[in-house]
Amino acid sequence: MRKSNGPAQNGPEQSTLEQSRLAQTGLQAEIVVEREAFALQVELEVAAGRTLALLGPNGAGKSTVLRALAGLVRLSRGRISIAGTVLDDADRASFLPPELRRVGLVPQDYLLFPHLTVVENVAFGLRATGTGRETARARAIDWLDRVGLTAAADAKPAELSGGQAQRVALARALVLEPRMLLLDEPLAALDAEIRSQLRSDLAAHLRDFDGCAIVVTHDPLDALVLGDQLVVLENGRAVQRGTPAEVAGTPRTGYVAQLMGLNLVVGRIFPPTAVRVTRARPESGAAAASSWRGTVASIEQQLAQVRIVVRTEPDGQNVMADITAATMAAAPITAGDTVWISVDDADIRTA
Amino acid sequence: MPVLTSPESRPRGIRSHGARSRGSRRVRSTIDARGSGIPRLLWLPAGVALCFLVLPLVAMVVRTPWGTLPGQLFSPAVGAALWLSLVSAFSATALCLVLGVPLAWVLARSGNWPAVPRRLLRALVLVPLVLPPVVGGIALLLLLGRNGIIGVYLDRWFGITIPFTTAAVVIAEAFVAMPFLVLAVDGALRGADRRFEDVAATLGASRWYIFRRVTLPLIAPGVAAGAVLCFARALGEFGATITFAGSLPGVTQTMPISAYLAMQTNPDGAIVLSLLLLVVSIAVLVSLRDRWVSGVTA
Repeated sequence: MRKSNGPAQNGPEQSTLEQSRLAQTGLQAEIVVEREAFALQVELEVAAGRTLALLGPNGAGKSTVLRALAGLVRLSRGRISIAGTVLDDADRASFLPPELRRVGLVPQDYLLFPHLTVVENVAFGLRATGTGRETARARAIDWLDRVGLTAAADAKPAELSGGQAQRVALARALVLEPRMLLLDEPLAALDAEIRSQLRSDLAAHLRDFDGCAIVVTHDPLDALVLGDQLVVLENGRAVQRGTPAEVAGTPRTGYVAQLMGLNLVVGRIFPPTAVRVTRARPESGAAAASSWRGTVASIEQQLAQVRIVVRTEPDGQNVMADITAATMAAAPITAGDTVWISVDDADIRTA
Repeated sequence: MPVLTSPESRPRGIRSHGARSRGSRRVRSTIDARGSGIPRLLWLPAGVALCFLVLPLVAMVVRTPWGTLPGQLFSPAVGAALWLSLVSAFSATALCLVLGVPLAWVLARSGNWPAVPRRLLRALVLVPLVLPPVVGGIALLLLLGRNGIIGVYLDRWFGITIPFTTAAVVIAEAFVAMPFLVLAVDGALRGADRRFEDVAATLGASRWYIFRRVTLPLIAPGVAAGAVLCFARALGEFGATITFAGSLPGVTQTMPISAYLAMQTNPDGAIVLSLLLLVVSIAVLVSLRDRWVSGVTA
């Protein structure tokens, strides 16, 4: 069940059905957190067994969303319920503290308890909630087996690699069979080489998990691979939501377009490879084309091609253009030059 | 800003003579300062200060009666004072741990309190640190003495008299030494990463469980440093102890008091006791190494 539309665009019957199913099994959250310099307001819905990827730049409020869902931050307004259980309701002043929520968290940097061994880390939640030592250890070992780390059971977290630490943190959260799993930048701390392997491992674990999951990331690839649904957060607001394909194909803001490797200029979406960069104004000749004047902001060699970023006048929007090294050599351009960029209308989609 | 711009990049016309020489001197001095930027004039007072700190101790070691040392060390008087000092200093440290760690916790987590109570609490904790110990002893007498505000009832209702007992020694030492422990633990707590507590909470742990199994183990080095400092301060306590507990041999006469009294009758014994205290102090210093600065001031 991949929702292709936001709830607002659904028919009334479908919306009601969807609502009742979510109310029984999934997460429904209206999160409003207000601070002096910052306001977060976002609505989230995740069905059980599904993963929502929360994508956004630093400071967009992604981590605050997770902290609110985990109960580490109280809502200023709004309501969070999961499978019919109210976790936080600002209007009725009902608040379930984090230790009673059964919401698992894989924090940024994983935060394994440095004074405990790996197996003690995984068994921590079981021990804290009254499970006996032997049972807790056996179940922790079982989970370490599932993430392929049985051999490291008696190691200290400091001896682990980043990827191993991530899997221990995952096991530590999942061993408690949480209603919801929250992952805060689960791949950000990892080296590029092991990142893609761990990304697909994590995707597999998320598929096996039957609660709802939310992955916070600033990396579009993480979001596209891990998320069934995507919500893009900018300045504390959801600026776009949809399936990965929808968001990647039809970015609604300059930030999303840039993440997805596309240009978005005054409602027109086009890939960088379709952009021509010339010193002279293009003649309004045969093919219908759009063109803008701008200043070259940066030039960067990328494998076989050159990525030029042009800041348009007067809007100041960044347009990415990919040209071949040969084209570049024929008519050299340097940063600060005034140029014209043009795109054939055939290459343009409208947002 | 002549320092930020390299001379080559500055257009010739703008570069004034004064700016260039000032700029180049500044650049050279920043390189030199990494080695030693100590003005010559400071070497002399610094040397005098070091002598001032070290020479008295050297004098003590020089004058130590090494020949009769074992005899003095194992004499009943020294033995009693040593034993009493160790017992009372350990008891005072234990008391400070039981009461001081929770106080440090409140202090460290008082960040979101209004300014007035927060600063007042911190000032109150620090009072014994700056108060003359004798004043502390008198204050303790006025509270817990036979005619003290609480002491009078302890005596009347329970028949308990605190002054001039070993318990009084422990109380006096704990009063004076408590701030050392509280400040060390407070510093460790402020430096600890509270996100570990957040994770523990999402794993179902209660606050008490988090306190015992996460936070306390994480700040254990700070607590240990505080306890060692606290023990050292308690072991050397003199003023508050002699005022509140007196100097009954074997009951309240700790090593510092014993050393002070012995100077009049048995100087060799006094030196031996002092040497013993010096050895303990050095042991404390070695055990803390760099931790004592970070633990207390962090």
